[in-house]
Amino acid sequence: MKDLFAVIMLTGIYSLLSASFFVAMDAVDVAFTEAAVGAGVSTLLMLVAITITGRSENPARHKPFLALAVVIVTGSLLIYGTLDMPHFGSSLAPIHQHVTPRYINDSMQEIGVPNIVTSVLASYRAFDTFGEVVVIFTAGIGVLALLMVVRRPEDIEKINFLNESMHEKHLILRIVTKTLIPFIMLFALYVQFHGDFGPGGGFQAGVIFAAAIFLYTMVFGMATARRVINQSFIRILAAVGVLLYGSVGVVSMLNGKEFFDYSALASDPVAGQHLGILLIELGVGCTVTAVMVIIFFNFADRKEKSQHNENKGS
Amino acid sequence: MILGLYNYWIVIILMMIGFYIVIAHGNLIKKIVGLTIFQTSVFIFYISMAKVDEGTAPILAEGINQYSNPLPHVLILTAIVVGIATTALALALAVRIKEAYGSIEEKDIQEKDNLDC
Repeated sequence: MKDLFAVIMLTGIYSLLSASFFVAMDAVDVAFTEAAVGAGVSTLLMLVAITITGRSENPARHKPFLALAVVIVTGSLLIYGTLDMPHFGSSLAPIHQHVTPRYINDSMQEIGVPNIVTSVLASYRAFDTFGEVVVIFTAGIGVLALLMVVRRPEDIEKINFLNESMHEKHLILRIVTKTLIPFIMLFALYVQFHGDFGPGGGFQAGVIFAAAIFLYTMVFGMATARRVINQSFIRILAAVGVLLYGSVGVVSMLNGKEFFDYSALASDPVAGQHLGILLIELGVGCTVTAVMVIIFFNFADRKEKSQHNENKGS
Repeated sequence: MILGLYNYWIVIILMMIGFYIVIAHGNLIKKIVGLTIFQTSVFIFYISMAKVDEGTAPILAEGINQYSNPLPHVLILTAIVVGIATTALALALAVRIKEAYGSIEEKDIQEKDNLDC
């Protein structure tokens, strides 16, 4: 397919399908994330990117038969490698033997949170999750470094004009969006704070919250959105999320336990775990929202800049 | 029965589709799409390994004895969000390449580079 727009739309559908597959595989938390990220945010970012880089692909491929041969050889080697693997759905597979029984049997006494995924994510493997939050934060900084546009005041006025002429038309879209956005945000908060009991948590909530802001930006234009959402505030928020997460670990260390051992946070260990999970999920939520918004705004800014330059040229 | 391994084969097919796109196409956006497919195949690999027959979603409830393995779910949940962050970084690089070279086709970029030398 040469039209990249169609390619990206199909990728979005593929993501949504794989999300439903994850539900069938009992991974509800994962499905939630994939639906929000793959079908929502990533499709949107790719679409913004192709508006800048161009929509069609050059048909020439390099050596498709060589590539096909490499792919087939690798694939058959991998299939040969699976012959010793445990069967699908087998409960005796090695993956289910080591730490998993402890997570399933003891997490209720140790953490007191029904959703095992949350207790593993936020408590048993909190250090890992911390690393991942830092990776997301770093990616946000990377996008900022690559795409940040420094604009002069006279440019801003011209762009405002451009925006208003573009967005006055879609009346129905605007009203429907306006009514929907509060509900999307409310749902994001529900996902954020209900993550202990059902599928959800900071990662999903962050993405959903960011999606609400994207929707607002798309319908009301960048200029309005920039007035509503302060860019330097959102940058600080991304850092505050990571710091909040890290400081929970430091506080538990100062209280005489190990890094991220939340039982030190309150006199009752289970209450301490609850508090710790709540705080770090909040940190994750802040960082994910802020980074997604930073990434989207910088892409859109870049797009405006290239549009502006074209207008100037013509 | 060898057919019990079919989940791995589906993963491998998906992975090879992604791999082929990455090596055979010159367009950078297509390469990123290929990487996304490759990435999803790894997600599916982990999640299908976590499935236990008769198991349910790993949220503790009364009267349920068999849960699917929560550990791969945790790993993949975070991997998805990290994946979108790195994809965004890759797209940002593609945008900058477009601005610097005027094209995101690998061939054009290489030709320009050769002219510069």
